[in-house]
Amino acid sequence: MPDLLRLATAGSVDDGKSTLVGRLLYDTKSVLADQMEAVERASARGGSAEPDLSLLVDGLRSEREQGITIDVAYRYFATPTRSFVLADTPGHVQYTRNTVTGASTASLAVLLVDARHGVVEQTRRHVAVMGLLRVPRLVLAVNKMDLVDFDENTYARIAKEFTGLTEALGYAEDAVVTIPVSARHGDNVVLRSGNTPWFEGPTLLDHLESVPVDGPDHDAPFRFPVQYVVRPRTEAHPDYRGYAGLVAAGTVRVGEEVEVLPEGQRTRVEGIDTFDGELEAAHVGQSVVLRLTDDLGIARGALLAAPGSPEPVSEFDATLAWLHEKPLRPGARLLLRHGTRTVQAIVGAVTHRLDTETLTLDEDPGELAINDMGQASLVVSEPLPLDPYDAIAATGSFLLVDPQAGDTLAAGLVGRPLVARPRETLDET
Amino acid sequence: MSAPTQTDQLAALESEAIHVMREVAGEFDRPVILFSGGKDSMLLVHLAAKAFWPAPIPFPVLHVDTGHNFDEVIAFRDRVVERYGLTLEVARVQDYLDDGRLAERADGTRNPLQTTPLLDAIAEHRHDAVFGGGRRDEERARAKERVFSLRTAFGQWEPSRQRPELWNLYNGRHKPGEHVRVFPLSNWTELDVWRYIAREGVELPSIYYAHTREVFARDGMWLTSGPWGGPRDGEEVRTLSVRYRTVGDGSCTGAVESTAATLDEVLDEVRESRLTERGATRADDRLSEAAMEDRKREGYF
Repeated sequence: MPDLLRLATAGSVDDGKSTLVGRLLYDTKSVLADQMEAVERASARGGSAEPDLSLLVDGLRSEREQGITIDVAYRYFATPTRSFVLADTPGHVQYTRNTVTGASTASLAVLLVDARHGVVEQTRRHVAVMGLLRVPRLVLAVNKMDLVDFDENTYARIAKEFTGLTEALGYAEDAVVTIPVSARHGDNVVLRSGNTPWFEGPTLLDHLESVPVDGPDHDAPFRFPVQYVVRPRTEAHPDYRGYAGLVAAGTVRVGEEVEVLPEGQRTRVEGIDTFDGELEAAHVGQSVVLRLTDDLGIARGALLAAPGSPEPVSEFDATLAWLHEKPLRPGARLLLRHGTRTVQAIVGAVTHRLDTETLTLDEDPGELAINDMGQASLVVSEPLPLDPYDAIAATGSFLLVDPQAGDTLAAGLVGRPLVARPRETLDET
Repeated sequence: MSAPTQTDQLAALESEAIHVMREVAGEFDRPVILFSGGKDSMLLVHLAAKAFWPAPIPFPVLHVDTGHNFDEVIAFRDRVVERYGLTLEVARVQDYLDDGRLAERADGTRNPLQTTPLLDAIAEHRHDAVFGGGRRDEERARAKERVFSLRTAFGQWEPSRQRPELWNLYNGRHKPGEHVRVFPLSNWTELDVWRYIAREGVELPSIYYAHTREVFARDGMWLTSGPWGGPRDGEEVRTLSVRYRTVGDGSCTGAVESTAATLDEVLDEVRESRLTERGATRADDRLSEAAMEDRKREGYF
């Protein structure tokens, strides 16, 4: 069975991102006949002789009317070597929250720029989001190369500026690939272009098919947010009590000791149950039910963890991607969702905001507005067992939620992963 | 002992769906599974049984009955309810037609009429979470659907109110009267569904497999003869070997010509198909370019 790559795409308005995704689907023969007929009909109505491939992915009526993508869309396609889940995220500045959403589950991000305009503020913002959420690998697709006569120097200048940005955000050289493409005509998307004889790198699809997928780390410290307590109280299972959840990090084995957080009691894993039978071990990504040797009154919201995990804290610093029209101000009372636990939170100081133009931090910005990324101090009503986001993303991430409307306000990352490395240290390495 | 390996895509999809169902059980008071007897809703029941084992499924199931049913599917529905010990709630379109709350459409199709009985049933039983078998690969408007999809007190889907979904943290908070539609199969494709059905040995209604049936052509699809108005004048009845790729209202769910009588043969057919599941078999999706988007806004799935 082929393995799976989860990727996200991001680009500015009019960079041709929907066309690129449409091209990828079309040239990998992932478009079925009735979908293509619908696109051809709509293209003809719009007065276009050639099918407009962006219509394959622009799903909502308002998007088609405005000719832009508003909402994150998920696409599924497969080649003989790999299956792909593609989060197609819109580029307009007011939709940056969707880029954050797509990036949160991606192993690779494809960023688009228009060859005529090069790296623009939106590109910097997207790179900062990808860097913040630690998307492991990046691809820059320099699109519309046909409109700059496939000029090598234009491409090289844009590629150099981009890799300068990714280096500043801490990306290793081999984690970033740049490719000159024309999504409209198909150059270097799936098929190698005759128009770029000077380009020796892979086509976009070649790269997506061959890039290593970093599998989950089975050796990370075990983390298991308890979702639900399974208590059948049936004739067959009168006294059964199991703790259902998804292994968020690492591995757990029958007989191993675990801590129950935030309280800190210790117990052992008596058994690992699934519908299909008992397991000796459960790994990150598996949904299982754990039976424990002691009845400690554990409920939804508890975190089972390998002994020696960080001490739960009630005050901490975090990096926030602010996603809501309503700005964040110091003193705000919000709900914080970490794993399966929801607690109350009060925002202390908003200490920094990222300037996406320079990738430097402004101090004491006073507030965070929609699409801002910054840092703040938080106080929570009950101690939380947090990991630094850089160490264990699953237990180093959280949501901030509006207690009245219920809206998701921010993506939170424990610690300060936002800080770009200063120029001086870059020059030394 | 059967430890799924991490490279196994079906195991990953199963694990994700089970995670979603347990989140709903943990966060909501009165969830329900929308159950038509079709393959996607049958998968939801199968996954729920796995998610809460050894406890029984902690949700009832709700069937919106258009009255234009395939007999095989209703018999199947009742067998599943019996086998899993489920509580069955039924919302009948026919009741609404009988007392005049709804009127039969000129084209005889009852699929668009399901929305009102569905929303009434959700309100009557005070369901705050409703599981659906929708998948993002089905249709363009569905490609943008969240796993947790917030609906207003009128059951409506407002694109601008949908919340960003980050990592696997699902936010199910809602105001009184609002509810959340939940789609555990969001990331599955039609092929994934069939491969999983084969792997797990999930039973489906017999009409998913090739059988001989009297059908007539309408709108480029093979519809079966029945009380829902067919065949009309000039629509010639033929006897063909067909199967269904989706199961819905009999008046607008088309069969495809097929000789795939076994799971393996169906899998081969799905792999080779050049038409989407809905494009091939659902007249209701062909009504307009934005048919699904419009119906979703009204409160349909």
